[in-house]
Amino acid sequence: MRRFAQLMELLALTPSRNRKIEAMAQYFRETPDPDRGIALAILTGALTFKNVKPAILRDVVLAEVDPHLFALSYDYVGDLGETIALIWQHHGGTEPLPSLSDLVELFNMTSKAELPRLIGSLLTRASINERWALVKFATGALRIGVNARLAKTALAEMSGIGLQEIEEVWNGISAPYPELFDWLEGRAERPDIDHTARFHPLMLSNPIDEEKDFATLDPAEWVAEWKWDGIRVQIIAARGKVSMFSRTGDDIAAAFPDIVDNVFGDGVLDGELLVGADFEPLPFNDLQQRLNRKQASMKHLQTLPAFLRVYDLMFQGGTDIRSLPWRERRQRLEAWFAAHPQTRLDLSPIVPFENWEQLAEIRRRGAAEHGHEGVMLKLRSSPYVPGRPKGLWYKWKRDPNVVDAILMYAQRGHGKRSSFYSDYTFGVWKGNEIVPIGKAYFGFTDEELRQLDKWVRNNTVASFGPVREVSKELVFEVAFDSAQQSGRHKSGIALRFPRINRIRWDKPAAEAATLEDMQVFLSAT
Amino acid sequence: MPTPFLDRDLRVTPIDAYIDPPVPRARAIITHGHSDHARSGHGAVLATPDTIAIMKVRYGEDCAGRFQPLAFDTPLQVDDVTITLKPAGHILGSAQVLMEHRGQRIVVTGDYKRLRDRTAQPFELAECDLLVTEATFGLPVFQHPRPLDEVARLLRSVATFPDRAHVIGCYALGKAQRMIALLRDAGYDAPIYLHGAMIRLCELYQERGIDLGLLRHSLDASKGELAGQIVVAPPSAIKDRWSRRLPDPVLAVASGWMSVKQRARQSGVELPLVISDHADWNELNATIRESGAGKVWVTHGREDALVYQCRKLGLEAEPLKIQAFEEGEEQEGLDE
Repeated sequence: MRRFAQLMELLALTPSRNRKIEAMAQYFRETPDPDRGIALAILTGALTFKNVKPAILRDVVLAEVDPHLFALSYDYVGDLGETIALIWQHHGGTEPLPSLSDLVELFNMTSKAELPRLIGSLLTRASINERWALVKFATGALRIGVNARLAKTALAEMSGIGLQEIEEVWNGISAPYPELFDWLEGRAERPDIDHTARFHPLMLSNPIDEEKDFATLDPAEWVAEWKWDGIRVQIIAARGKVSMFSRTGDDIAAAFPDIVDNVFGDGVLDGELLVGADFEPLPFNDLQQRLNRKQASMKHLQTLPAFLRVYDLMFQGGTDIRSLPWRERRQRLEAWFAAHPQTRLDLSPIVPFENWEQLAEIRRRGAAEHGHEGVMLKLRSSPYVPGRPKGLWYKWKRDPNVVDAILMYAQRGHGKRSSFYSDYTFGVWKGNEIVPIGKAYFGFTDEELRQLDKWVRNNTVASFGPVREVSKELVFEVAFDSAQQSGRHKSGIALRFPRINRIRWDKPAAEAATLEDMQVFLSAT
Repeated sequence: MPTPFLDRDLRVTPIDAYIDPPVPRARAIITHGHSDHARSGHGAVLATPDTIAIMKVRYGEDCAGRFQPLAFDTPLQVDDVTITLKPAGHILGSAQVLMEHRGQRIVVTGDYKRLRDRTAQPFELAECDLLVTEATFGLPVFQHPRPLDEVARLLRSVATFPDRAHVIGCYALGKAQRMIALLRDAGYDAPIYLHGAMIRLCELYQERGIDLGLLRHSLDASKGELAGQIVVAPPSAIKDRWSRRLPDPVLAVASGWMSVKQRARQSGVELPLVISDHADWNELNATIRESGAGKVWVTHGREDALVYQCRKLGLEAEPLKIQAFEEGEEQEGLDE
């Protein structure tokens, strides 16, 4: 645990990406199995403990610390794990902590009733830095500026094997990854992972640069599709078994039985997960009700049936066809649909166009009349390249809607931003009062954040815990993708994907938008 | 207890003298030389000889109309108030002010710490009826670790990165000298390099008998010479162009705020050293308890939690908002 805590501290505090990679690579080189595999699983988020939840740790601490003092401390520190590590009053620290693999064993074997005692004794045995790492290890909420990809990059760095190759096998193996390390260190062949058992990294698009890109692109070489407003998923169907992964490789099949029980034919499909009856997509808000759930409720299966709008075929049956050009894959995809009639899958249609001006008009009308998010452009001759290759796929998003709204409340952020008032609630006029229409916490630069933070502190009129109410003077130009009716807000409106487009230091609040102004956005979507 | 003879601006009412006044006053009692306590322009200043020397170095010989030095633990009768300066352990010369008047005892701690520190006269507890305490680290998450362990971490890092300079950001008065003394006590005897802003105050400490070993001006060394060396600088200089002359510097900051790693990250600190010249939560509470005070005024920092804690223990407690200090409220992060 000591070595792992040192690694965690270094990762948290080193701003340099290369030094983080080097530190992880060194740790993986020096640490024996199975502990390094456990560390890898923690760093990639692949290992979590069913019973060890932040709430349990909080309860262990609250059994000893006054709740009000804990709340004040948490508000100041801004990170639950770190608050717990710092506030713990017992410092034993003589007996070393168990190894990572022993900890895994302890967390998995200990009953829920015994868990608080175990956690208490571990916190006491730990040194301050270990305590911090231990809490992060137990809860999985690392917040140290490392993601799975960076950890895998360290594996590539330690072994000289390409990152792409490591990602190819990643979803077929599990902690503590002995066969992975054997392969990376040259003692064994690459783990033989059946294609049906693993996630295949997706091909992603780049935003188009309207000013530059269109001048060089020949419309005849490109094909357009609508950009669907759902989530990207991968379906793997083989020999009667169907799995479904999110774009980050999380297995989400259990939450969508209506899809995985209704895939006919074998292959690996790439498409957009949407909800709605008869292939009529409902707004993203409706889909969201079905996301982040382990299982679908009966009610949701009926009111929000899911379907998949398919746009690519990666494997036809058991054959990898990713190296074929798009037009060839598309033909095979259409043939696949013809051979296997589907009830929950349909094809993402091609949007015909002659030239860029015409496509621009199609895109504009699609947004105005159907609420489409934009269009996707795909090069007809392009193979399916995992990652975000340049010049093969583009997304061309609709122009955002903007509204001038007034800052009403500000709240401190968390983590890196815990000393800044960085979460802003803003509103528009309703007669003589201002009603909130949304909340945003990005869209500004670090320098602007400093200015906003200062402005909030100097213009506070009231404080409610971590929230400050400010004088209603500062106008934000807020960009958003769409607006919807909402019973949850006093204004009756909810914005999708709101962000601060510009800070209008110059604009008087009296000239900000009114609730009536917002109605046009509702009818457009 | 009877009405205190100290008001909420820290004015000692029977003798019309202010403690650490933020604006010029005819009579001022100064606890220590940090700029949020010692200002220039007072009529008469009562302080320890070390504090007076520090004020003269920082603000000039004429920064007050008149200076009256008062040694520690030497009662001074002013009308019917007896004033005694007790060591506060914060920095060289730092004092708590103990005042007695008609059987009532009041202590204003100024800034203080109770950990041993050879660059400051060690803290002495004074019993009292009203305690005016600082609360810079007045939250239970602040439990300062042992300074020697922190120095050991620094020395480990120096050994690990022989090609990089280690630049320690710390307050020029007090923290810098303590940091250097801790390094010496840990056996580090190579020259320590100073940013220009540190030099005069380090000299003053050495003139007053505190051995800091061999010190050099960082400008006298080439970039190459600074590899593997320790440089001490004010935090503001670190993000400034000055630091470009250091070879691939490891940014260390010595401060009690550094215990919160997310904060350290946010300010780009690679090696946070949790070394503080203020009492931590446990020391604050111990001092309140041991002082025997029935009434506590809390100032300079996170008053809420400490006031809450005192009231829970049945003490009369209230936050004292001293206006001119408010500007420092959120300047946490680097200096103290």
